[in-house]
Amino acid sequence: MRRLLERSTRFLEAPLDVGPRVLVLAALLLLLPAYVFPLYDMTMFAPQYPDGLRLHIYSYRLDGGHDGQDLKEINLLNHYIGMKDLDAAEFTEFKWIPFAVGAFGLLFLRTAVLGKMAHLVDVVVLYVYFGLFSLWSFAYKMYWYGHHLSPTAAVKVDPFTPPLFGYKKLANFEVYSYPAVGSYALAAVALVLAAALYAAWRQSRTPA
Amino acid sequence: MRRAGSVFGSVVALVALGLLAAYCAPSAPKGIKKAAGAVSDMAVAAQKTYIAPGDLDEYYLFSSGGHSGQIYVYGVPSMRHLSTIPVFTPYPATGYGFDDDTRAMLGGLTWGDVHHPALSETKGDYDGRWLFVNEMNGRVARVDLRDFKTKQILGPIPNVSGNHASAFVTSNSEYSMMASRFSIPIPKGTVAPVDKYASDYKGVVAAVKIDPKSGEMALGWEIVMPPFDYDLGDAGKGPSEGWMFWTSYNTERATGKLEVTSTQRDRDYIAAIDWRAAEKAAAEGKGDVIGGVKVLDPKKVPGLVYFMPCGKSPHGVDVTPDGKWIVGSGKLQGVTTVFNFEKMQTAIRNKDFSGDEDGIPVLKYESIKDAEVPVGLGPLHTQFGPDGYAYTSLFVDSAIAKWKLGTWEVVDKVPMSYSIGHLSAAEGDTAHPQGKYLVGLNKLSHGRHLSVGPSQPESSQLVDISEEKMKLLYDAFTEPEPHYAQMIKADKLHPIEVYPKEENKHPLAIWDVKDAGVTRQGNKVIAKVVEVRSTITPTLIEVNEGDEVTVAITNIEQTTDELHGFGLLDYNVNVVVDPGETKTFTFKATRGGVFPYYCTNFCSALHQEMQGYLIVRKKS
Repeated sequence: MRRLLERSTRFLEAPLDVGPRVLVLAALLLLLPAYVFPLYDMTMFAPQYPDGLRLHIYSYRLDGGHDGQDLKEINLLNHYIGMKDLDAAEFTEFKWIPFAVGAFGLLFLRTAVLGKMAHLVDVVVLYVYFGLFSLWSFAYKMYWYGHHLSPTAAVKVDPFTPPLFGYKKLANFEVYSYPAVGSYALAAVALVLAAALYAAWRQSRTPA
Repeated sequence: MRRAGSVFGSVVALVALGLLAAYCAPSAPKGIKKAAGAVSDMAVAAQKTYIAPGDLDEYYLFSSGGHSGQIYVYGVPSMRHLSTIPVFTPYPATGYGFDDDTRAMLGGLTWGDVHHPALSETKGDYDGRWLFVNEMNGRVARVDLRDFKTKQILGPIPNVSGNHASAFVTSNSEYSMMASRFSIPIPKGTVAPVDKYASDYKGVVAAVKIDPKSGEMALGWEIVMPPFDYDLGDAGKGPSEGWMFWTSYNTERATGKLEVTSTQRDRDYIAAIDWRAAEKAAAEGKGDVIGGVKVLDPKKVPGLVYFMPCGKSPHGVDVTPDGKWIVGSGKLQGVTTVFNFEKMQTAIRNKDFSGDEDGIPVLKYESIKDAEVPVGLGPLHTQFGPDGYAYTSLFVDSAIAKWKLGTWEVVDKVPMSYSIGHLSAAEGDTAHPQGKYLVGLNKLSHGRHLSVGPSQPESSQLVDISEEKMKLLYDAFTEPEPHYAQMIKADKLHPIEVYPKEENKHPLAIWDVKDAGVTRQGNKVIAKVVEVRSTITPTLIEVNEGDEVTVAITNIEQTTDELHGFGLLDYNVNVVVDPGETKTFTFKATRGGVFPYYCTNFCSALHQEMQGYLIVRKKS
């Protein structure tokens, strides 16, 4: 048992080789698109909206297509079924996600500079937690909006959850929901971190 | 018996004679080919005019609505009626003439006789910014092509009477020009006996200055003219830029039964006006103020006006795309006369005159004329193609003649059904005509449509002019009454589809339903109203009998096609507010009671619910 702990400590205290450090720096760069590009895109088509109504969800704001007009139109249409307005102030995610991404940036930097295996394991574990929590948070948001409909709405619909991934038909609308560039970059971060961890693990098994 | 026999014989002979006569009287005209009622090659015509659902036309046609007072917009080649632009007549469909601004613009008149749309030009080509249009009461209006709305009505212009010869723009839209068709003693309000017509009645040419940035019109200067009936005009371009040409009839200066008295001379005149010289003279302070406007007298300021003799009772005058020729059509002749601008300038320099009218020199016909083109009977107007061809409408012949500039040879004719007036080729009066399509604007339709009773529509016929032979493509039936129309390539226009919120500077505009409500100052009440799917806020407006009520409606939508109306029952109000627009209407609450108001322009699934009440509390 003790030998196992000692081995584990040795493994965790071991300095990282250049390869994994470079990979962690690459992961750092891949965090940046999350500030620039949307994380999620939702597109709604109906006969009256042949161009589609587009909603772009960024890490820190909501944006509608057609110079923001689509967001107003989506809210306007949603008021008929008693859905609350999609309002940036209601999204706590827009505060903590950019903060968390920034924090990961600093942790990645620490891992690359100080370069211990333990740091790498920390960021991987935390990042996976962040990713899963964010997905749950998004899913719950979708659920929440679709299940808190005003009882006095003009048009009564059964509570629903908009699609989290892919296509769903809602009344006269075809709704498409897909991750966008920002999310793909964040997913790439996870892959690069996994590669770094794998490389570091291989390195630890190779006697110096 | 013999007697009976001869009676029988006579009857037989009469019947035989009758049969013979009946056989000889033709059931269809023999001289004119059977194609007199124009026909087309169906397969070709169908393909050339068919615009599939959802597809767009290639050209806009802005057609005058005559005494309906409006402008009608058609798509070419489909000839579909796309929209009506109300100009001089209230139009409840868009609320025009009901809100405070447009009501003030109409100035108490509820009709106008719209004649000649004039698209703004730059270097003699349509630039797609504005459309100017005249009406007979002496007014001219500007439609902004950014939103297809009438933005200004100027007039009635002092001194001008019967504003038929208008709203022709100069080749860089410096001016919109107008002239009197019905000469009167000036200033308006002056009375002179009609037997003093020749000396005391005056024709007037007026130049309306156009602001090059905003398009805002203002009265520039006028020229007093002999009392002829000025009919149509066209501005010079290229070498003739700076000149304006006007046809005139009744140079006899006759009164009474003009159809006889004004048609005695073989030649009337085209008045050529050096408008740059007139502009300069006005700027130098020449002329007298009559009726509040600077009026130049060509007797006192020589060199402004010359008369070009043109036979007989000329109607249309049209400058060729290169600006070298002036084509005048004597409507009571069988020829169209082509004048050479350069020869005209030489004649002016050499004082090659054959007389004068009230001191205005008359140029010698033979010295300035290049050709008399035998186009056919009753030539009226001429438009041009890109390839040196001209197209002249023939009212009496009910046809269009195609002829070649330079060789003056008539190459083709196509019958029109029936009695064509104006015609409009694609950008056919500009420096760069596009050819392809031509629309004949006919006065009579004579049952080429399902019968709609005695009040018959006019007909506008689309003609293919892309090939050597003109081909009739399509009959469209247009609102009364198309006089002139202009056809502009669709990609020159870029209309907006909503009014951007940032541009709305209306002092009573509100954008949040929380700001909606009624405020009062004495007996003046202002109701600020928001319209958005599917509520009019507030849903209750309470006032007292005798209050002066201003309702300011803002449509806070920014979505294409989400118009809202505001119809107020029993108070004769219907306003339609476009997305992002604010309109007001003011009325005196003269009747107590409860008056529903509602959205008149269908907007949404809950449109029917979009209503409220105006309560006018009675004086007790």
